[in-house]
Amino acid sequence: MFSSSRPWPALPAFLLLLVFFLFPVARMLAFSLEGGTLDWYAKALGEGLYLRVMWNTFEIALLVTACCLLLGYPVGFLMATTTPFWATLGFIFVLLPLWTSVLVRTYAWMVLLGRNGVINRTLMESGLTSDPIPMLHNFSGVLIGMVHVLLPYMVLPVYGAVRRVDPSVVAAAAGLGASTGRIFWRVYLPLTLNGIFAGSVLVFVLSLGFFITPALLGGGRVMMIAVLIEQQVREALNWPFAAALSAVLLAATLVVYAVAQRLGGQEARS
Amino acid sequence: MERLDAEEGVSDSASSELLIEGVTKRFGEVVALDGVSLKVARGELLTILGPSGSGKTTLLKVVAGFETPDAGSVRAGDSDITALPPARRDIGMVFQNYALFPHLTVHGNVAFPLEMRNVPRAEIERRVAEALATVELDGYGQRLPRQLSGGQQQRVALARAIVFNPRLLLLDEPFGALDRKLRETMQLEVRRLQRKLGLTTIFITHDQEEALVLSDRIAVMNRGTIQQVATTTEIYERPANDFVADFVGESNLFHGSVSAPGEVTVDGGRRIAVPPGTAVGQRVGLLMRPERFASDGANRFAGAVVESVYLGTAFKLRLACDDGMELLVRQPARGPLPVPGARLEVAIDPDAIHVFQ
Repeated sequence: MFSSSRPWPALPAFLLLLVFFLFPVARMLAFSLEGGTLDWYAKALGEGLYLRVMWNTFEIALLVTACCLLLGYPVGFLMATTTPFWATLGFIFVLLPLWTSVLVRTYAWMVLLGRNGVINRTLMESGLTSDPIPMLHNFSGVLIGMVHVLLPYMVLPVYGAVRRVDPSVVAAAAGLGASTGRIFWRVYLPLTLNGIFAGSVLVFVLSLGFFITPALLGGGRVMMIAVLIEQQVREALNWPFAAALSAVLLAATLVVYAVAQRLGGQEARS
Repeated sequence: MERLDAEEGVSDSASSELLIEGVTKRFGEVVALDGVSLKVARGELLTILGPSGSGKTTLLKVVAGFETPDAGSVRAGDSDITALPPARRDIGMVFQNYALFPHLTVHGNVAFPLEMRNVPRAEIERRVAEALATVELDGYGQRLPRQLSGGQQQRVALARAIVFNPRLLLLDEPFGALDRKLRETMQLEVRRLQRKLGLTTIFITHDQEEALVLSDRIAVMNRGTIQQVATTTEIYERPANDFVADFVGESNLFHGSVSAPGEVTVDGGRRIAVPPGTAVGQRVGLLMRPERFASDGANRFAGAVVESVYLGTAFKLRLACDDGMELLVRQPARGPLPVPGARLEVAIDPDAIHVFQ
């Protein structure tokens, strides 16, 4: 870690991490091994119910990542290729939510998506639907909320990647006979894969441990692993099991990250 | 592959003549191109020479289709291409930084324009191989651009620009990033290739030496207008105005008025014998190239050397003449280099002086 000959400037940050992150993580791991048994891990990884929660979590994370990519790539791309005025406007719209509390934004979605929420009322008053569409406390509510919260983490890496594409390369493609569509598929897309990759890993990893949004918009009916951990701590008061679940989540996150690093590294080398 | 001899000419190439008429382009208050007209003959290599900011790059962009002119037209052969998007112009271009596709192999780069034209796979293979052989890069097909040297990257850019038989080849200062030796090699190679393929070519540069080496004709640009279009010798020996005389090569430039047939009185008093043919009383410019001075001639200048530089093949001397004129003189490097302060006498014949209005 300290390969540099002068590590001292990094010391305060390291101490902070040590006291407030590494130490608690170690405590948590110790909790999960309470009594010197691996029973809690056996329960977390052995019982169908918990495996399903984990599978569910991965599924949601994957879907959120896919939605963020489909919605975020065009936004990042446009911001990187438009005039400075529109790019600045885009930045404001992307960053403003990022500076607002996740809790506030999630409550805002509850107001919008509820049975009597703004969207349902508008739909019914305009006669488009007769009954309210269930959008809250279910899978689609969680999906909408999470995609909204995590979208900036896709837009920004994509924006950066598109900006790094040499404009003369794009001009060259046009001069060599490529139509706008072909310029995108043959030049922009392959040259921005690293941005897509970085954004996807970021969104996916953040999704795995997401708590507030699935807890509030899922209403207890959409179970993700972070929600389960909180239930174990607060309702079941089963700290060792919660710690074991957390350790599993941490391990899963690290594995995803390591695989991503390897794949990303290969791409950079090829 | 079959190679054409230089003499075989332009008959089988798709290249066409280019006609630029009254092209004007403004960027806000700045007039980048001010009514530029230019004709490039089929198979000709025309260089647009000018300092940065002269509008030469804007003109190139108008021809390539990356800028739309405010007025005027661009015609290639029989077709008006002024409003055509770049992708439909069939113009091969080599960019200043080559602009190779970093994610594609050499083969992928050269095949790109053919794929965009939906050429059948087998023919793509044949033509890519042919183009790579033309630029002497056979066997490099599977490399990525970043695995190549600067000179090799440039050859790839060139192969990519010619592989689809463009009607026109544009070269935008392509030799700037190469070291001197490689630059000279590449210049000659591009020239050879251009002649062999009979490609109508526009070459952009700010380097007058490069322009003289490569071109059939040179168009000198300054401040958005074309100052002179002529053959290389014409540009060098009979420049049309001060700007051209000063920008191309080294020069001794004076102004004065014709005081008698075959005689100009330079501002400051000195009379100089010039070729006859200019009306008495006319204001004119005089150009004396530094290498045209000899030991004997009709106009003699005596003075003291103020600066002397040894160039290997020549001495470059700055001479402060007794009559107040200052001259730049090049002499063959024979004997010792004159030291500053040494007395020197040089002369120049009227024939070696260019008079312009």
